[in-house]
Amino acid sequence: MDAMVGFLQAIPLDQLMIQTVNGVVTGMILALVASGLTLIFGILDVVNFAHGELFMLGAYVGVIVITATGSFYLALVTSTLVIALLGAALQIVTLRPLIGRHPLNTILATFGTSLVLQNYALWQFGPVSRKISEPITAHFDLFYLEYPWYRLLIAGLSAAIIGSFWLFLKFSTFGVWIRATSQDRVMAQAMGIPVPWVYTGVFAIGAGMAAASGVLFAPLVGVDHAMGLDWVLKAFIVVVVGGMGNLGGSIAAAIFISLLESYASIWVGPSLAVIVSFVVLILTLLFRPTGLFVATPK
Amino acid sequence: MSIAEAINEPLVRVEDLHTYYGKSHILHGVSLHVGPGEVVGLLGRNGVGKSTTLKTIMGLVQPRQGRVLLGGNVITGLAPHKLARLGIGYVPEDRRIFRLLTVMENLRTGLDRRGVTEDRKRALLDKVFSFFPVLAERRNQAGGTLSGGEQQMLAIARAMMLEPKIILLDEPTEGLMPRMVSQIGQIIDALHREGVAILLVEQNVPLTLQASQRVYILEKGAVRHHCAASEIDVGDAVIKQYLGV
Repeated sequence: MDAMVGFLQAIPLDQLMIQTVNGVVTGMILALVASGLTLIFGILDVVNFAHGELFMLGAYVGVIVITATGSFYLALVTSTLVIALLGAALQIVTLRPLIGRHPLNTILATFGTSLVLQNYALWQFGPVSRKISEPITAHFDLFYLEYPWYRLLIAGLSAAIIGSFWLFLKFSTFGVWIRATSQDRVMAQAMGIPVPWVYTGVFAIGAGMAAASGVLFAPLVGVDHAMGLDWVLKAFIVVVVGGMGNLGGSIAAAIFISLLESYASIWVGPSLAVIVSFVVLILTLLFRPTGLFVATPK
Repeated sequence: MSIAEAINEPLVRVEDLHTYYGKSHILHGVSLHVGPGEVVGLLGRNGVGKSTTLKTIMGLVQPRQGRVLLGGNVITGLAPHKLARLGIGYVPEDRRIFRLLTVMENLRTGLDRRGVTEDRKRALLDKVFSFFPVLAERRNQAGGTLSGGEQQMLAIARAMMLEPKIILLDEPTEGLMPRMVSQIGQIIDALHREGVAILLVEQNVPLTLQASQRVYILEKGAVRHHCAASEIDVGDAVIKQYLGV
């Protein structure tokens, strides 16, 4: 009992607060990456191994636009649109011909695409990391830290993008088509919904969301050809923990896992804290393989 | 083929369909036709290929041999969503309501098409809501929360959103209360008056004979009998032979 009290007293409250803010910020970015991934899985039944590369290329398009125009927000919008178009093209060329084939085919296709895109970026932009400067540089005081407003802006923008996507799903015709297709693709076709185009559209939206998160995150880490790897790995964990194809679950899981990692890094240092994600993943797979955030596993 | 038939090309013509599920041969050369605005019954025991015939017409299963024509044009091999836009409505056996979509969203899956004006959409919705007042009441309720009868109404209403020339209606009375069954009969009559053709698959023989102009009787994946609905009666030998237990 004494040991317990001692442990609780030893928790530095200020660090806990800071890490909560950090966890929510990375959680929102991760949620943005993972929602695209889970959406693509839920509707196309495709595990998109190229998602991290779309994230990375999004950041590069951001770098190019910022260099040319100086506007961060223009870069965010342009990159989202360009990568959404690229996503649509990739889906039409590499995935549409594989509809109805064994899932292994699509895994190979997206994995191959990921290698091509990564090496294209290395060839085109070189191995040196590029930097995007933050659109706002102001700070505010958070205990003993000067906390950058930009990090809160990231969380806010991510939430706004996810929120508008939710509204789009809920109210637009294409949103109704997406939801109908995810529930019963055969009946959706019989109702005249052009399911192949729904697939393309969903892949494009997922790619656009990955690109947006790439641009938003770039000022914090720098842009290089391998920046997608870490993120896509984490996003996969989130998608599994949240329940494959479950959008709400992925968002919850993204924040949950990011918070856990943040708290863990108070004690063990950031590189070890990553282990927490894997522990959560393994526990989820062992005890609740349909995902932590599914109401009633079927 | 009679002279009248040769002049009036039927709305849907099915010629010698052979359909397989994997290795099992389900349809062994089904041929039939449905005229514009005609209600045609498709009778037969379980597993003789009635539903498969409808699925093949809808493009959900591809026949290995034979073809389907709509208004004289071959439509075999077209994607189902194209057939839906060409005017084929499909009401499947298990209704297949989009359970997580609201009643209104279920209707929108067929209603939100290019070339349908807002006025036209409103008129179509008004029409189905006058057919099925209960759907108007429940328009914001999730499809999965409706009763079986209400889901059947929604499935028919949803197909009507496509303004179809023909509706493929698969066992609409299955599992419904007797009161609902007679209501389905009235709905079929109402659609018939609207000039919509119906290919009706049913186990309920009296309802089918009453609602249809012609009937086909299937056995082992082929048409064994074809006549005007008025020519046969529930107690006839041919019914006993192909449908009796």
